[in-house]
Amino acid sequence: MINLELPQKLLTAQQMAHQLAKGAFRPIARKYDKIEHCPTPEELIPISQMMRAMGGQAVLGGKKEGGKKDGSKSEAAADSVKNGANLMGIMATTEMAWGCCGLMLSLPGVGLGNAAIDTVGTPEQKEKFGKLYCAMAITEPGCGSDSAAVQTTAKLDGDEWVINGEKIFATAGDRGDAVVVWATLDKSLGKAAIKSFVVEKGTPGMEVVRCEDKMGLRVSDTAAIRFHDCRIPKSNILGSPEIAADAEARKKAFGGVMQTFDNTRPMVAAMALGVARGALEITRELLEKEGVNADYSKSLYNSSALEAEIYRMEANLEGARLLTLKAAWMADNKQPNSKEASMCKAKAGRVGNDITLKCVEICGALGYSESWLLEKLARDSKIIDIFEGTQQIQQLIVARHLLGKSSSELK
Amino acid sequence: MANTEHLFDLTLTEEQRITRESMRRFAGAEVRAIARAADEAGAAPAGFYDQTAALGLSLLAIPEALGGAGAGRAPISNVLAAEDLGYGDMSLAIGALTPLGFINTVLDQGTEDQQERFLTPLADETFVAATIALMEPRATFEPTDLHTTARKENGRYVLNGEKSMVALGDTARFILVIANVEGENVPAAFVVAQGSEGVSFEKEEYMGLRPLSLQRVRLQNVVVAEQDRLGGDKPFNLQRLVDLSNIGLCAAAVGCGQAVLDYVIPYVNDRIAFGEPISNRQSVAFMVANMAIELDAMRLMVYRAASRAEQGLEFHQQAYLCRVLCAERSMEIGTNGVQLLGGHGFTREHPVEMWYRNLRAVGILLGVAAV
Repeated sequence: MINLELPQKLLTAQQMAHQLAKGAFRPIARKYDKIEHCPTPEELIPISQMMRAMGGQAVLGGKKEGGKKDGSKSEAAADSVKNGANLMGIMATTEMAWGCCGLMLSLPGVGLGNAAIDTVGTPEQKEKFGKLYCAMAITEPGCGSDSAAVQTTAKLDGDEWVINGEKIFATAGDRGDAVVVWATLDKSLGKAAIKSFVVEKGTPGMEVVRCEDKMGLRVSDTAAIRFHDCRIPKSNILGSPEIAADAEARKKAFGGVMQTFDNTRPMVAAMALGVARGALEITRELLEKEGVNADYSKSLYNSSALEAEIYRMEANLEGARLLTLKAAWMADNKQPNSKEASMCKAKAGRVGNDITLKCVEICGALGYSESWLLEKLARDSKIIDIFEGTQQIQQLIVARHLLGKSSSELK
Repeated sequence: MANTEHLFDLTLTEEQRITRESMRRFAGAEVRAIARAADEAGAAPAGFYDQTAALGLSLLAIPEALGGAGAGRAPISNVLAAEDLGYGDMSLAIGALTPLGFINTVLDQGTEDQQERFLTPLADETFVAATIALMEPRATFEPTDLHTTARKENGRYVLNGEKSMVALGDTARFILVIANVEGENVPAAFVVAQGSEGVSFEKEEYMGLRPLSLQRVRLQNVVVAEQDRLGGDKPFNLQRLVDLSNIGLCAAAVGCGQAVLDYVIPYVNDRIAFGEPISNRQSVAFMVANMAIELDAMRLMVYRAASRAEQGLEFHQQAYLCRVLCAERSMEIGTNGVQLLGGHGFTREHPVEMWYRNLRAVGILLGVAAV
């Protein structure tokens, strides 16, 4: 039955996350934007402990239903529709990003590396690393979107992998307990030889070189990490150590690695939704003080320019929100959603950026001023259209799906 | 309050899925095949609307006691029909759904007596037209600011004014005229039977929707009996009509947008320039990707508004924003459809120029195809 309203289960999760965002994130959002470089903000530690106690609520996606013990009733018929961990993750992420996207990403225990371990890790690895705060290190100085071009190498030496190379833009790479590192076993074999490895903090040969100074998302640490003959146990590889033999199998192997993103992209889209909604709400509040009340009472072109702008922003945000829910719903129901995950990330990413920038403009001096959060949201929103696949990468993925093209045809 | 037991779900019911299959077959084969000729002729081919009547659009909605099938109000099913027919042709889709808009409004807001008198004649195996006259021919038209007036005089109403873009007005058995009631200063709806004295028609010519007979309707001292004011003493809910018709129109636009997307994909894959398919270029491929992204956003907005309406929830804000998005994005899809075919898209050899002209109407039409 077609129904795009949210069930009580999701509404409750949304309300709880909203209370947290409002009570714990908003009041300190500006403070930590100013402080920028610091250890994990102390205010976040009890929150993260609470979240773990509750069964590790999915935030960055990919997690299986956590704390639920009695799978009997709700999991009844195999073919029945499910609203599960992915939709739950969208709720939580949207609300927390509404509070402060940077603080959300600074919550210990919810790193992108955790999503990777949850998606491709063995039961033993999940057991061993699941409780750690795991960052993800893919990007290098010479490779960003082109993640198949990583230069960092991993070589098996006895019972250990030896990692060498330099990673940048690792979110939580400084504060995290471990880093999931992408490295190649053999540069000449391309994508298929790229594997991911868990490197725990303190392993000799791993060094955090610096944390970036950024335009926005300042409280979240973005680390550059150098690996010099860094030795880790053989069992720390995620997925198979074999390099697929033929071209088809190689393609499939890398596809498996990239599958993590089918789960995480809707979550990043959800960040954009939260940030943009936050900006719109503040804008509406400021405009209402000036007597502008966009109440949908007149058709678009008979409304004032300000009202019309609000309507356009709300319409685009709602479109992005529904695309995001759809992608997550597909994941919950085991439908392949690679195209839809990219569609929602593309739409939400650009809409989030457009809206926050427009809100700053509409509110004039107040929008631009650090006395309100609008300017911060406009700085924060930019990265959401970049990380976890830029706008352009998402469009490439969607286009290849639609046109039936390979990456060698549509470059 | 939403029924919060329902899960978020995009799955069609079994019945919707089966109906959709036959609707799609009809739209893909029959409707698409005649769309261009109908556009050139400026009229739907003879017998076409009778064929659509066989799909049961009107009959399903009309209660059994009045000769219909009594399926009840079903905005979601109506939206799926509008989308599928719109995939075949937007003009013919709106034409086929025009009586349904009238029927739905009478069901929603008419008295029992009115439902019996106005719906029984529409419960027929053949197509019986009935329509709604809301728009007026001026820039800045706003549904809440009507210049067409109804004056109460000796226990009846006298209507004066000019209506525009009245679909199938000239052949409609009944026209639901929306007018401002003098003295009360509220909008009300009056059922005017075809042939009433003082009503005259003139076919309007538009850049698109050419097969859809859109009529200028002039009302000069048209007398309407008191019992033909829809809903009697109850205030007429004009916003509900406007919202439901926005949802229906946007659904047809989603169908047309899908037609554009499905047409350009093989074209850009086959068209060779500089030694390879033009779809190998990001500038081309990204336009196609964005079409699909915006189209799916439009579709989900339509579904959400319709599903809220079907569940009896408030849906004004959703219908409003749905129209805002669809008006803007469907035109973007229309213009990019032509752009992707280059000069060929500008010729009438391909349908994209027709879709471009038709999609321009999404930002304009009001009061048609209420679901």
